[in-house]
Amino acid sequence: MTTLKLNGKTVEVNAEPDTPLLWVLRAELHLVGTKFGCGKALCGACTVHLDGAAVRSCVTPLAAAGDKEISTIEGVSGTQIDALRAAWTDIDVVQCGYCQSGQLMSACALLKQNPNPSDADIDAAMSGNICRCGTYPRIRAAIHQAAKVAGA
Amino acid sequence: MAKSKRRRRFILGSLGAVGALAIGWAAWPSRQRLIPGKPLALAPGQSALNGWVKVGTDNTITLMLAAAEMGQGASTGLAALLAEEMDADFAQVRFEQAGYDGIYTNQAMIIENNPMFTEEDQGLAKRATRRVLSRVLREVPGLWITGGSSSIRDQFGPLRQAGASARAMLIGAAAAQWQVPASECRSENSRVLHTSGKSASYGELAAAAALQALPETVALKDPAQFKLIGKPLRRLDNMAKIHGTAAFGIDASPPGLLYASIAMCPTVGGKVARFDASAAEKLPGVRKIVMLDPVAGGLASYGVTPGGVAVIADTPWHATRALVQVKIDWDHGAAATLSSKAIFDQLTSALDRETGKAHFAHGDAAGAMQSAARTVSAEYRVPFIAHAPMEPMNCTAQFKDGAATVWVSHQGPGVARDAVAKALGVGNDKVEIRLGFLGGGFGRRFFVDVVVQAARLARETAGAPVQLIWSRENDIAHDYYRPAFVSRFKAGFDSAGKLVALQATSAGSSMGNPGFMDPATEGASNTAYTFPNVRVAHVTVETAVPTGIWRSVNHSQNAFFTESFIDECATALGQDPIALRTTLLADDPRHLRVLARAAELSNWKQPFNPPADGVKRARGVAIHDSFGSIVAQVAEIAVTAEKQIRVERVVCVIDCGLAVNPNLIRQQMESAIVFGLSAALHGEITLENGQVQQSNFHDYAPLRMNECPVIEVDIIPSNAPPGGVGEPGTPPIAPAVANAVFAATGARLRSLPLKLS
Repeated sequence: MTTLKLNGKTVEVNAEPDTPLLWVLRAELHLVGTKFGCGKALCGACTVHLDGAAVRSCVTPLAAAGDKEISTIEGVSGTQIDALRAAWTDIDVVQCGYCQSGQLMSACALLKQNPNPSDADIDAAMSGNICRCGTYPRIRAAIHQAAKVAGA
Repeated sequence: MAKSKRRRRFILGSLGAVGALAIGWAAWPSRQRLIPGKPLALAPGQSALNGWVKVGTDNTITLMLAAAEMGQGASTGLAALLAEEMDADFAQVRFEQAGYDGIYTNQAMIIENNPMFTEEDQGLAKRATRRVLSRVLREVPGLWITGGSSSIRDQFGPLRQAGASARAMLIGAAAAQWQVPASECRSENSRVLHTSGKSASYGELAAAAALQALPETVALKDPAQFKLIGKPLRRLDNMAKIHGTAAFGIDASPPGLLYASIAMCPTVGGKVARFDASAAEKLPGVRKIVMLDPVAGGLASYGVTPGGVAVIADTPWHATRALVQVKIDWDHGAAATLSSKAIFDQLTSALDRETGKAHFAHGDAAGAMQSAARTVSAEYRVPFIAHAPMEPMNCTAQFKDGAATVWVSHQGPGVARDAVAKALGVGNDKVEIRLGFLGGGFGRRFFVDVVVQAARLARETAGAPVQLIWSRENDIAHDYYRPAFVSRFKAGFDSAGKLVALQATSAGSSMGNPGFMDPATEGASNTAYTFPNVRVAHVTVETAVPTGIWRSVNHSQNAFFTESFIDECATALGQDPIALRTTLLADDPRHLRVLARAAELSNWKQPFNPPADGVKRARGVAIHDSFGSIVAQVAEIAVTAEKQIRVERVVCVIDCGLAVNPNLIRQQMESAIVFGLSAALHGEITLENGQVQQSNFHDYAPLRMNECPVIEVDIIPSNAPPGGVGEPGTPPIAPAVANAVFAATGARLRSLPLKLS
C-alpha cells in the first residue's frame, strides 16, 4: 500500500512502486482524464502536477510521487485553470480532445509560474505537448487570454 | 480538367458499395431516410419524432448522431442542421450515438465521393444510377461510416427534413390540444406559440407530437431564414473535453477489466514462429499469455490483422512489464529483405516499363507533346507516412454467454461489429459496439486490426472484459500507411508559350482497395485545370507494406505533385505562379475567386524586404479541390542560414459552399494545415530489412507548438450545397510550402518531407 496526496485527498493504492503514476491513476483509481499517448514522455498527454509543476505521469514511477501533492485534470483548481477553461471554451480550442487534459495541465503550470507568458515562453512550456488535430494556434491565443483574465 | 472533360472512364468503388450493389435492389420500396427500421430506444420521458430526434419532457432535444466524433465537430455541425429546421433552443440540444439502421447509411461517402457521381454532368443515366444506389443504401444497416469529409454533405437533407417534420408534428400536437388551426401557430426557441398568446414547450408537446402522422411534405427554410446554420456555434463537446470527462474508447472501464499488451513481428507480414512465456508467466499480475495468428483482410475490413503474442494481466503495467520477458522467435516471412530504397526502385522501374492505366485522357497528349516547341519534365515522390492519432490503438472487448460487448474508437462501427462477429464466430446481432469519442481518426480508425485482436483475447478471459492497448511503438510500426508514390509529369508548350499538353503517370500501392477500383489519381486526373491534351495514368504496384487511407486519401500526394508541377511550368514560362493558375482556371469562376482572395489576403504581390541575417523569406501558393470544396493556401516561409525551413504564416481561403458552422470550418482548416505540415516537414516512414525504422514521436515527429505558423482562414460566402471540410485543407499545404521554398532559394524540392540539407 502506498499513500498518495491526490486532488486534495489522501488515497491508498495497491500498485507496485515501479508502476508509472499514469497507470495508477487510470487503471487503479479510474481517473481516466489523464491520457496515455506515447509512454516515453514525448507527447505530454499524460501531464499531471506534482506540487504544482507539470510532470509526465507515464514515466513517473509511483515511488517518485512520495508525499508530493498530485493534481490531475479531474481535481486541479484555482484561478489559472478557471481562466484557462473559460478561454478554452471562448476560443473553441478543442477538437478530438484527447490531448487537451495534458495541454491544460501544462498551460496551468505555466501560468502558475509565469502569469504573463510571451509567445516564446508558451513555445518553451507547451512544445512538449503534441496535438495531432493542430489546435496550437488556439491554445496560444487561449493562454494569452487566460493570462489577462487571471492576472486582472 | 474543364467540366465537360471531367468525365471519368472508370467506376470507382468506395467502401462497401460493391457489396451493397450485389443485393437485388428492385425489391425495395422508396422511403425517406426519416423512419428507422427499428424504433429508437427511449429513456423515461423521451419521445421519438423520427429516426433522428428524441424530445424529452425536460425539453432536451437529442440528436441521433450517425457519425463518429473524432475532432472534426460533426456532433455540433449536424446538431445545428436538426435544430435549425426544428426551431430548437440549441442550448437544449444533446447527442447520442445512433444505431445501425439503414437510414443512417452514409450515402455521401459512398456516392458523392465516388468520382463517377461527382460530375457536374447530371445526365439521366447518372441521375438514375444515383437514385438506385441511394435507395439500395437506405436498406443496408451498419454502413454509417465517418470519413471522406461527408457527414454534413450526407445529412444536410435528412437532418433538415427530420427537424422540419418534428417541428410540424409539435405544431400539430399543439394545434390539436388548443383546437386551433396549425396555421395560427408558429415555433420559436423550442416552443410552439399561438396567435392568442398560448404557448407550450417542446417537452410538454413531445408525447402528443409522437402520435402525429409524419407529414408527407415539409417546407425547408430559405437560407435567409437561418438562425443557426451559418453561425459560429460553440462545440457541444467543449465541456467534457476540458474537464477530462469525455469518454474515449480507451477510457472504458467495465467492472473486472483486465488489460493486455501485444508484441507483433517487427517485420511487415511476419508472424510468431515460437515463444517461451515461462519467465513472464510467473510475474505478478499476469493472467494469461496468448499467441494470435494473423487474420486475412477482407474487402470491407481491408487489411491483414497482424498476429503476435499478448499478455493479459491485471493492469496495463503488469501486462507491459511481463511482455518484455516473453521470448519470441519471429518468422519474418517474405518481406525480410524489403527496404524503402527497393520499393522506390520498384516504383521507378514500373514507370520506366509501363505507360500505366489511363484514368483520364482528353485530346492527343502524346501527339501534342511530340509537336510541342518546348517540354518540361519532373519526377516527384512521397514516402510512406503513418497516421499516429493521439489516442493509441486500443479496444476493449467482453465475450460472455455467446454475446460480445466492445468499446472502441472507430470510424465505422458497423464494420467493427462485423469483424468482431467474424472473429468470435457469432452473428453480428450478438455484438454490441459502444462508441465513445475518438482520440483522432485520420483514416486509421477504419481498420479493424486491434478490434479483431481484442475480440480474440476476449475468448481467453472467461467472460471478463479485456482492454488491449497498443504501445505507441506498435502504432508507428504497424499502421496501414499512406503509400509511397512516384509520379512523373511532363508538359508541352507551343511556341507562344501556351501549355498544350500534360502527361502524368504515377506508381504506388493502392490504399487497400483491390487494384481495379484503385482511385490513385484522384486529385491529379480531376483537377479544375484545363489542358487541351492530357493523359493522367497510374501503375498500381503492391508491396508487402500495409497501406491505407490517410486524411484526404490520394489527394494528399497528388496535390503535392500537381501543384508543384504547375509551379514548375510557371517558372519555365517566366510567369507568376498565380497568373499561370488564373489562366488555366479561366473556365472556373469559383476557383478563380478563391485564388484571387488568397492572393489578396496574403499580399501576394508585395515582395519581402531583402534577407536579413541570412534568412530568406518567400511565399508559395497552391489550390486544390477535394471532397466538394476548393481550398487555396499561400504559405509564407523562412529559410534560415542553417537551411532550416520555417513556415511562419499560412493564408487559407476555402469555398465549401454553404458554411454550416464557420467556427468548425476554421478549426478544420487549421487542423488540416498542421496535419499536412507534419507530413510535409517531418513525416517519413522508412523500412530496412522489412522493418519500420521509426518508433515513437522522437523519430516520427508531428509538428509542435514552436513550429506552428500563424494561420488565417477566410471563407467565401456561398449558398451552394455544402462541401466537405475535414480533409480539403490538407492537400494544398505541402505544395504551397515547396513552392515557397523554391521562391526563397531556387531549390525545387520534389520529394517529401521537404529538406534543404
